[in-house]
Amino acid sequence: MSEPLVQIKGLKKYFTMETDLLGRPTAVLKAVDDVSFDIYKGEAFGLVGESGCGKTTIGKMLVNLYTPTSGSILFNGTDLTKLSDTKRREYCRDIQLIFQDPYASLNPRMTIGDIIAEPIRINKLMPSNEVEGRVNYLLNCVGLANHHRNRYPHEFSGGQRQRVGIARALAVQPKLIVCDEPVSALDVSIQAQVLNLLDDLKEEFGLTYLFIAHGLNVVKHISDRVGVMYLGKLMEIADKKELYQNPLNPYTQALLSAIPVTDVTHKKERIILKGDVPSPINPGQGCRFASRCFKEFEGCDKICPELSDVGGGHCVACRLYDKGQIKKDA
Amino acid sequence: MLLEVKNLKTEFKLKKGVVNAVDDISFSVDKGEILAIVGESGSGKSVTSLSIMGLIAEPGKVAGGEILFKGTDLTKLPVSELQKIRGDQISMIFQEPMTSLNPVYRVKDQIMESIMTHMKLSKEEALKRTVEMLDLVGIPSPEKRAGDYPHQMSGGMRQRVMIAMALACHPELLIADEPTTALDVTIQAQILELLYSLREKLGMAVLLITHDLGVVAEAADRVIVMYCGKIVEEADVKTLFTDPKHPYTVGLLESIPKMDDERERLYMIKGMVPNPLKMPKGCSFSDRCEKCMEKCKEHIPALIEVNGAKVRCFLYSDAEEGKV
Amino acid sequence: MQNELDAVVNEQASEVVLEKPESQLKEMWFSLIANKGAVAGLVIILLLTLVAVFGRFIMPYDPNYSDMTISFQSPSAAHWFGTDQLGRDIFSRIIDGTHISLTVGISAVALSLTIGTILGAIAGYRGGKIDTVIMRIMDMMLAIPSILLAIAFMAALGKGIDKAVIAIGLVCIPEYARIVRGCILSVKENDYVQAARVVGNKDFRIVFKHILPNVLSSIVVRATLGISSAVLDTAALGFLGLGVQPPFAEWGDMLGRARGFIFSAPYTLIFPGIAITITVLAFNLLGDGLRDALDPKSRKI
Repeated sequence: MSEPLVQIKGLKKYFTMETDLLGRPTAVLKAVDDVSFDIYKGEAFGLVGESGCGKTTIGKMLVNLYTPTSGSILFNGTDLTKLSDTKRREYCRDIQLIFQDPYASLNPRMTIGDIIAEPIRINKLMPSNEVEGRVNYLLNCVGLANHHRNRYPHEFSGGQRQRVGIARALAVQPKLIVCDEPVSALDVSIQAQVLNLLDDLKEEFGLTYLFIAHGLNVVKHISDRVGVMYLGKLMEIADKKELYQNPLNPYTQALLSAIPVTDVTHKKERIILKGDVPSPINPGQGCRFASRCFKEFEGCDKICPELSDVGGGHCVACRLYDKGQIKKDA
Repeated sequence: MLLEVKNLKTEFKLKKGVVNAVDDISFSVDKGEILAIVGESGSGKSVTSLSIMGLIAEPGKVAGGEILFKGTDLTKLPVSELQKIRGDQISMIFQEPMTSLNPVYRVKDQIMESIMTHMKLSKEEALKRTVEMLDLVGIPSPEKRAGDYPHQMSGGMRQRVMIAMALACHPELLIADEPTTALDVTIQAQILELLYSLREKLGMAVLLITHDLGVVAEAADRVIVMYCGKIVEEADVKTLFTDPKHPYTVGLLESIPKMDDERERLYMIKGMVPNPLKMPKGCSFSDRCEKCMEKCKEHIPALIEVNGAKVRCFLYSDAEEGKV
Repeated sequence: MQNELDAVVNEQASEVVLEKPESQLKEMWFSLIANKGAVAGLVIILLLTLVAVFGRFIMPYDPNYSDMTISFQSPSAAHWFGTDQLGRDIFSRIIDGTHISLTVGISAVALSLTIGTILGAIAGYRGGKIDTVIMRIMDMMLAIPSILLAIAFMAALGKGIDKAVIAIGLVCIPEYARIVRGCILSVKENDYVQAARVVGNKDFRIVFKHILPNVLSSIVVRATLGISSAVLDTAALGFLGLGVQPPFAEWGDMLGRARGFIFSAPYTLIFPGIAITITVLAFNLLGDGLRDALDPKSRKI
């Protein structure tokens, strides 16, 4: 396997929701709570979980929109969290973000051309007389035409806007692109177009993706490895094939089973989880999934399992697979 | 026949021209049946449901056709009569459980209000029924949660409350417009399961509007596929998924990433939905269709019965729209 | 691999541009001129501006020339609005006052808008302690009645038209700071603002290129309405004898000096009063019209 491009170690992001009169936090939202994983050069890493699991927060920490509470993000070996603001800004140029909502992510007062040219201009990536040619090239890369340059975002459909968002991300020649649910706001027939486009661009520009999604079915197509998150914790990481064929964590099993299938001839037994995702504010000390788990057993609500390798890079955080080496949570 | 829609036309008069959002569609819903209408944005699926509810607002209007609910034509009823049927015999749940509940009232007040207006029950009886309904849709400790405000509930809970509200008066037809789109996958599975079991328990018919073929396969008995305001295919769920006929349906099914295939590239339908003001002259899918023939560009095919399903495509019959 | 996509999308996209709407400015303009009140306001403001600029050429008398022999003349063919206690032609003085009222009103708003926007932008974008400090100071300024505050500033600065502009401008800062901060808070979390940060924009550019243009409309509405209150404030200061100093004609000052003759020579009060009312009304009408035109929710499809 190639070397890691991103190494995330013990990453935490807490949001203080309420404080007492003295300003001491009384309610803390643990959006991301001690998460570690690597993303290798040239791979697409899928990060999956339901709303509120912290997947988007991780993406936003990578692109420097949020500052981590603690932990480190190593990008090409450099710890981004230890850099000064200006230095970090420079490094983070290599990490770009594609947003979920193509309607909200483009400035309505700027033309498509300006939106794509802006990153090139402000970072002074090339002399200004070459910018136009580069914009045309990027537009063509994402399947838009040169004459779209002078149009405004409201003149485009959702799929086209998402293409513009992709072109903007490509403009600074990034190494890593965080795709935050890039197709979930699009129509079914357009989703396939955008997914294929992302796949092609990855080859063409030698990109690495962190692909964030709420369902396992979208990630299936594009990712090489997949991590499953629940309430700020990583529950399982494995190669795509391994994860889909041999899901170990009960939550992963439930997520897989919840995907509606279009195969009407074999109705499968489905795991219906009880209850809702609990609030991430002041979570208990046990396994985050214990309250909804169908395989919960004694102690699950008290002891938080750690992510451990069960062989072949398949890591899972569940006491079912700890085999006696249960670690007490401090 | 519970609901029969005949030649329904709904149009929107815009500055730039008239958009036929729903263009001459006919279908029916039987008692106790779950009928799904599938389509992308702009297919007219939501406009269809709003037309049935009589909720089309300016600049749109129902321009023709009949909507027969138990034999009564809803398009001809005065607003006051329609309001009696709405919420009582026909209910609707919407996509956004966040915005469909009034944030300043308690959950129970909102449900009780509709019970009291439609069922003429006293306050105590209405409260009792409210708690029953919340229990029915699977809200834990319903007596306590009934006193909550909407913001104290999660998205899944709110959608359950919406369903409880819609079911409170024992409707015979429930129109569910993208009921699970805004929800997480595990919650979506719960809500679909709930709709299914409620149908068994209460025997109501459900008109399920969705863009998600997976949801359709899980929940529906019969399916209508809409494209650009027209029905392009109608079949029972098994036939549609095992033997799809219209190239659009085939393409939609193909382009969904499947769990069990290993293809490198996803199949994709080229292009996008045409501008409603600049529809192709012939079949509205012709410019995106892989099997498009000369004829398709000039003439509109009719909806024809083929092997127990209905399909609008020249591949199966030469019949043209308006010439059968 | 890319070619199939290119061909398809290029061909499609050129046609499919969904219902290309007119440019936003054009649409706003049509919506504005459909509003009768706004058109009336706009016409009056245009007339007032013309009068302010070219007034010198149409006024029948020197506004400052006093001739005690013809004091307190009732309106007549020679003196349309009559003459005041010093025998000056009221019509000419009102025309002369237009210039001062508009200048003071507009420049005071420009001053407070500039400072208020900067303060509000810093407070809204930065948040945290800076926000708290700026907004508490603004709150304190708002707690004091504005005219009292303006008088205090005038007392500190001294009399004169430039001082009046500064005093009125300073007093109005909190309003603009608040509205700009509110707008920025509502737009700041938008994806496109975050996108601007991700591609490497500096904060300054984000605020001025990505945030402010998108909240400009509400600021413009507020500023238009603000001019009317600035005109009123100018008149109030003049009335109290603190604004523009004689012999310059200023509507508030004219009112103030004539108030002793309200029963004997009411026309000395009525005409400056009407001038103030019309000006304030015109800006209010335009402001309301702009608000309707800029608010897409109230706009008809």
